[in-house]
Amino acid sequence: MTMSENKKNSDKIFSSDVVRLKVDVVDWQGAVRASGDLLVNSGKCLPEYIDAMIQTVNTMGPYMVIAPGLALLHARPGDGVLMNGFSLITLKAPVEFGAPENDPVDIVISFCAINQTTHIAALEKLARFLRQDTNLTLLRQALNVENLITALNSQK
Amino acid sequence: MKNIRIMTVCGFGLGTSLILKMTLDDVLARHHHNVDTFCSDADTALGQQFDLVLTSVEMSEMFSEVDVPVVVIQNFLSVDEVEEKVLPTLQAIIGE
Repeated sequence: MTMSENKKNSDKIFSSDVVRLKVDVVDWQGAVRASGDLLVNSGKCLPEYIDAMIQTVNTMGPYMVIAPGLALLHARPGDGVLMNGFSLITLKAPVEFGAPENDPVDIVISFCAINQTTHIAALEKLARFLRQDTNLTLLRQALNVENLITALNSQK
Repeated sequence: MKNIRIMTVCGFGLGTSLILKMTLDDVLARHHHNVDTFCSDADTALGQQFDLVLTSVEMSEMFSEVDVPVVVIQNFLSVDEVEEKVLPTLQAIIGE
């Protein structure tokens, strides 16, 4: 892969195969699975990675609910990661992760990383997007995947 | 003056603590504080050298025996919350 192709790929964190809107789930495990399935189906990780994400919440608590209504889920590079990847779903009805300050959750972002560093640039870009309240509103109200992806990928 | 080190902590040191470090770095840059910031995971955090810890309420329990200020953050994306909670603690450390 050339340098320019590499840069081009890192510019686009999300594509239409890893974003779903107003997904119907019954509980937080369902939300993790729906979000993790997108990573698995797009070839980013093995199914065991989803179990590892659920296990992490069970053992370490819901600290991955990083902001009101927003979960940023992941497991470890050794838990069946094939390549770096992100997925994003919004929920039809919010679910509780057991995080009193930030429940209920209606935006679930999952990622998998092959190591400790190569995903950082993408994560920084995503954080800059999520830090703007107008973008959180945009996410919550989004009904069209392509429009949302355009907004997400236009973040510098 | 000694070099102040602020550690952000999450389970694996590659997601939540990175996001928190980014928010913290923004706050510190705004106030022209030249402080070292770094991420750590739950397994190695206690072995690190640090003067201040930022983490979630769940992770904060592991620092109950540590004689260093621990700041619990609820919204890791909130520059306002990090600013409000960290700056007074940081000023106290610098003033020592």
